[in-house]
Amino acid sequence: MTDLLTVEKLRIDIRTHGRSLPVVKDVSFRIPPGKTVAIVGESGSGKTVMARSLLGILPNVASITGGSIWFRDPLTPDAPLDIAAPDLDEKRLHALRGGRISMIFQEPMSSFSPLHTIGNQIHEAWALHNEGSHAEGREIAEETLALVGFADPRRGYDSYPMEFSGGMLQRAMIAMAVVCSPALLIADEPTTALDVVVQAQVLALLKSLQERLGMALLLITHDLGVVANMADEVVVVYRGSIMEAGSRDAIFNQPRHPYLKALLGAVPKLGPDGDRKLRPLREIEPVDAAGSSRETGRRHLRKGKPLLTVSNLVKTYATKKGGGMFGAHKAVATAVDRISFRIVGGECFGIVGESGCGKSSLIRTVTRAISADAGQITFHDEDGDIDVLSLRDGDLKDFRTRMQMVFQDPFGSLSPRLTILNTLVEPLEIHGIGTPKSRRDRAAELMRLVGLPPNYLNRYPHSFSGGQRQRVGIARALALEPDILICDEAVSALDVSVQAQILNLLKHLQKELGLTIIFISHNLAVVNYIADRIAVMRAGRIVELAPRRQMFTEAAHPYTRRLLSAIPTTDLGAPLDLDALGNTDMSDPADWPQTADGPDANWIEISDGHFVRPDGLPS
Amino acid sequence: MAGYIIKRIAAMVPTLLLTSFLIFIIIELPPGDYFESYLAELRASGELIDSAKIEFLRTEYGFDKPFLHRYWLWLTGMLHGDFGYSFEHERPVSELIGSRLFFTILLSFLTIIFTWIVAFPIAIYSATHKYSWGDYGLTFLGLLGIATPNFLLALVMMYAANVVFGVSIGGLMDPQFIGQPMSVEKFLSIGAHLVIPVIVIGTAGTAAMIRRIRANLLDELNKQYVVTARAKGVPPFRGLVKYPLRMSLNFFIADIGGILPAVISGAEVIAIVLSLETTGPLLIRALKTQDMYLAGSFLMLLAVLTVIGVLISDLLLAVLDPRIRLEGKALK
Repeated sequence: MTDLLTVEKLRIDIRTHGRSLPVVKDVSFRIPPGKTVAIVGESGSGKTVMARSLLGILPNVASITGGSIWFRDPLTPDAPLDIAAPDLDEKRLHALRGGRISMIFQEPMSSFSPLHTIGNQIHEAWALHNEGSHAEGREIAEETLALVGFADPRRGYDSYPMEFSGGMLQRAMIAMAVVCSPALLIADEPTTALDVVVQAQVLALLKSLQERLGMALLLITHDLGVVANMADEVVVVYRGSIMEAGSRDAIFNQPRHPYLKALLGAVPKLGPDGDRKLRPLREIEPVDAAGSSRETGRRHLRKGKPLLTVSNLVKTYATKKGGGMFGAHKAVATAVDRISFRIVGGECFGIVGESGCGKSSLIRTVTRAISADAGQITFHDEDGDIDVLSLRDGDLKDFRTRMQMVFQDPFGSLSPRLTILNTLVEPLEIHGIGTPKSRRDRAAELMRLVGLPPNYLNRYPHSFSGGQRQRVGIARALALEPDILICDEAVSALDVSVQAQILNLLKHLQKELGLTIIFISHNLAVVNYIADRIAVMRAGRIVELAPRRQMFTEAAHPYTRRLLSAIPTTDLGAPLDLDALGNTDMSDPADWPQTADGPDANWIEISDGHFVRPDGLPS
Repeated sequence: MAGYIIKRIAAMVPTLLLTSFLIFIIIELPPGDYFESYLAELRASGELIDSAKIEFLRTEYGFDKPFLHRYWLWLTGMLHGDFGYSFEHERPVSELIGSRLFFTILLSFLTIIFTWIVAFPIAIYSATHKYSWGDYGLTFLGLLGIATPNFLLALVMMYAANVVFGVSIGGLMDPQFIGQPMSVEKFLSIGAHLVIPVIVIGTAGTAAMIRRIRANLLDELNKQYVVTARAKGVPPFRGLVKYPLRMSLNFFIADIGGILPAVISGAEVIAIVLSLETTGPLLIRALKTQDMYLAGSFLMLLAVLTVIGVLISDLLLAVLDPRIRLEGKALK
């Protein structure tokens, strides 16, 4: 059987500042008809540029400098077309795009024009490639919307993108891509921006559409779990070159290239033994930090003793509904709904939840970044308990040294105008700790602590990679010797290999410095790797709280189970059950079994340290 | 939508009330009143003073009454269409303004249209051919347009028209038509005389608008939805007009509120230079002589125009942008 698409020795250059930089170097691969080929690589590996070249929609600065892309349309099998040919007629490309080859993107929210209805944009894709009346086009667009899972396609057609969630928009995006029944669908990180349960649904949708329409799928992703569940063939790219290519089974069972082996070794795993040490591509060498300060000894003494107690914490936001300057009426959204937990010294407490579940609000309330509506937070200091919510002015400022945060975005969380030295001594200056000389020494020590050479101190953030910046972020958080380090999605923006580096560093610091860590993530595998206990959050509540092992062996709440079943893993023996992941996703508390006590009932401890909300118990 | 419009119109009332009060304070702020400056002028030229008449006018227009009372009289008068009396011209203000207002509005309207017609194609070209010679050239011309003072441009063009073409372009029409009823010849004469004012007044605005449309369009051109449109096979021109250009229109519409008063007040200096019979010279003279009812009515007129402009742009935005229209509605 001939291949649908053959890429041969493709070279793409990017011109910047008068220089040409090769980003795709002599890449060759093929896509058989009706099959799924995955291109896997970390950010900057050139995979997106490669995908866009297949449609001839490279950004202006990029151009194809060699090679060919032969597309053999099954409708016209005798007339293959070289998409990379420099003298290709633009008209033929326009007919190809969206008609025979279409593409979906990472960000469903920004992929639609916000000013046109979803129906208008899908209809346009059809009308560009088909003759027919307006009514016919509308009918086909609505049929396609129904096909991708819109319950009311008529209303969906007339709705604007802002009226839908990311998951629904990605479905609409898929509808736009398949409305002309293309021979090839290119999906560029189609589920990266989505929550894990929605991701599983979108993957299931892609797979069923592929079978139904007989189209080939080119899947571009950095997530090896997604690849293991979707692909027939896998192409691994690194810095614009192909490292290894082959069938999925061969790639996952017998990886040969060291890059691929390292990549597989750096992915955190689910399951009870998910805390086995990850091997990042490049290890970092943090200095042995034990004994670096008195604080460390003090922290070690408090291991296993209660450190922070949160009880019945409530945080609500007032949202303005209804327009106009006279007619605004208030609605209340409850972000944190009577949450209680206790953290003991030296542990890593993981909080898992999808976007919007309230995990960030919870943390901001606990750190007093925003005010709480009700409840109590007690910090168990050596000299007695501190009522965190009643702290004022100077006391509050002093208390802030006890909890420090590491943020998600390594680019946005460092000021581009401050050198690393400025960034690291700023917390010390604010709290008036030490002399200029001692602060400088402390900054150097912090750099060594996170495995960065102290002579980088005078550089600005832009000369650091994402992973290095995140290490600076950690060093800054450690500057004040906090008791609790709070990591809010601290590795979510990083590539797998860098993620493994940072996770290992955090584990190392926790052990050496006796730190207590609150680790928040949407990625259960990551939390599983680092946390001792895991809390699962949904709709502002903790639905289940258990020691790490129990969470995987004895998950009780339907939402937890659902979450666990939706995560794609690299284990070929445990594929996602895509058929079972229908449309109800247990994300809505209304889906949960009702109990006699109602939603306000207290937790039940089902085994030692394993708590669950009663609506999660089998009746 | 109807409720929204009613709310917006209702919201105009307090705005205008506040503005009228501020205007009144500003007019009253300089020491003395029109009569004092008038008397001073008469004395300086040694003319006879009809003090009885002046006293009569003073009482008639309540100059002996307290501040708030006078404000109240002015405000209620305006509601009946009585904008007061111009002491200098010795005619009611409404009569004085009425005849000139038409030309002011005509000139402003033509200027705005001129600005749009010129700015849009140039801005689109500049944005889609970023950093090309064409872009640099047009940018240079645009900056030149911003940098040249309007009155200078007016003088240069007047001189050029006179010397090169041998036509006098001062005034709103050729002198023989003044006071004549409207005829085809008079209309053509007005048209010919409006060309240069429109270009002069429009230049600076056009240049600024080119820069803004270009910047907005450039932002939009890099957005993901533009790539999406390309990926589904939308041809380049249609892809440009339907998506990014439409998005970049938002700011442009939001600008309408500011354009009306800017054009009208910007035109005043030019109107003096080109001796145009619009409202501009009248206002400036009125402000100089403390002819307070005339000046106040003018400023009030500008305020009303501004508020109406803002209203129009808000309504248009709500029509064009579903994000504004649907704001606050529950998400599905």
